[in-house]
Amino acid sequence: MEVPVLKQGQFLIATVQAALTDEDLVHLRRAMVERVVRSRSLGVIIDVTAMDIMDSFASRTLREIAQMIRLRGAETIIVGIQPDVAFAMVQLGITLEGVVTALDLEEGLDYLKNKFESSA
Amino acid sequence: MAKEMAGMERSATWQETLIHDASLEGTAVLLRELVAHLRQNRTQLREEWAKRITEAKLLTAMSKEEIFAEATAVYDQYVEALQTGTFEALQAYARSLSERIIPRGVETHEVVGIVLLLRDVLARSLFAKYQADFTKLDRILDAYEPAANRIANTVAVGFVQERERVIRQQQEAIRELSTPVLQVRERLLILPIIGVIDPQRARQLTEQLLRGIRTNRAKVVVIDITGVAAMDATVANHLVQTVEASRLLGATVIVTGLSPEIAQTLVTIGVDLGKMNTVGDLQGGIEQAERLLGYKVVPAGVAS
Repeated sequence: MEVPVLKQGQFLIATVQAALTDEDLVHLRRAMVERVVRSRSLGVIIDVTAMDIMDSFASRTLREIAQMIRLRGAETIIVGIQPDVAFAMVQLGITLEGVVTALDLEEGLDYLKNKFESSA
Repeated sequence: MAKEMAGMERSATWQETLIHDASLEGTAVLLRELVAHLRQNRTQLREEWAKRITEAKLLTAMSKEEIFAEATAVYDQYVEALQTGTFEALQAYARSLSERIIPRGVETHEVVGIVLLLRDVLARSLFAKYQADFTKLDRILDAYEPAANRIANTVAVGFVQERERVIRQQQEAIRELSTPVLQVRERLLILPIIGVIDPQRARQLTEQLLRGIRTNRAKVVVIDITGVAAMDATVANHLVQTVEASRLLGATVIVTGLSPEIAQTLVTIGVDLGKMNTVGDLQGGIEQAERLLGYKVVPAGVAS
């Protein structure tokens, strides 16, 4: 399943539609980095509002996406984790360590704008 | 020879069946007689019972009129159960009676007491009626006693079950009330926890908080545990999980009011204190939260 990625100024917004298979996640990882390079984006928001499960593979892949994008000098923020999903994740010890998170798209954009405005 | 033996066995079985049927029929006939007697003497037996209830100082929470009304209903249900041999109607009545009297403060021993008194009153009236014929009295009691005991049991159990249901309901309400998630500023929530936290309450707390973070779009949460005396390792882990889950929703958690015992527990179980943002007391926690949110609190009338 292709994850739609939109450009918003210097930022990219990837909106996950529903449950992603492992292949989808691997594909997303490659696609995001390529897009960041092509668009010379400063920041990426990955919106996982529609994901009702987050397993350890998904969590690891998202962490890898963030690390790879950071190597390109850009920031990644994950938004829209649902309360039930967050609860299940911490019980299983899946933490998304080292990745910035925010409540929703609005917060995510706010965060990125503040980060890059202050350094401008 | 074998055939004869078999024949004898068969007739023995027939005989047993005949006796069994006869006694069953006998029981049914006796019960009908019993029920008729109880119905005919309803007024005075009911009065006798009400008198005994008052003498035993039971149902003091209810007025005389109420006792009379309920006594009438119980008496009729009692006789009905004896007649039909089915107990669903009685169970339903016991539940509805319990719903009515539990809020009035009627206790279990009172309910059991009055049902046993009724059993005694009815038994005595049977003694009086059949005292001339001991054999008949014996058989009548054989029919009466199991049924009467089952009735007493049904009513008592119904009452106790209703009490337990009410207690569970109240416990649930207390649990809900005792973990309020309060918004004190834009994007700032406070969760004051008071009392004992068991794993179930901890879980409920976390769910309420996460929902509150999403609903109020909170960026900072202050969890105050001044009112919590102690927590074991399990609950401490729940607290850490709550902090982590809140972060996944983009909220920073500040924990305030840790007692020395709890501080000890957290250090002992090896909680990664780097993950936990703690401040001494609630006031300090709110002040830090305001700073994180970019508020500056200045006394009114002072030039900024």
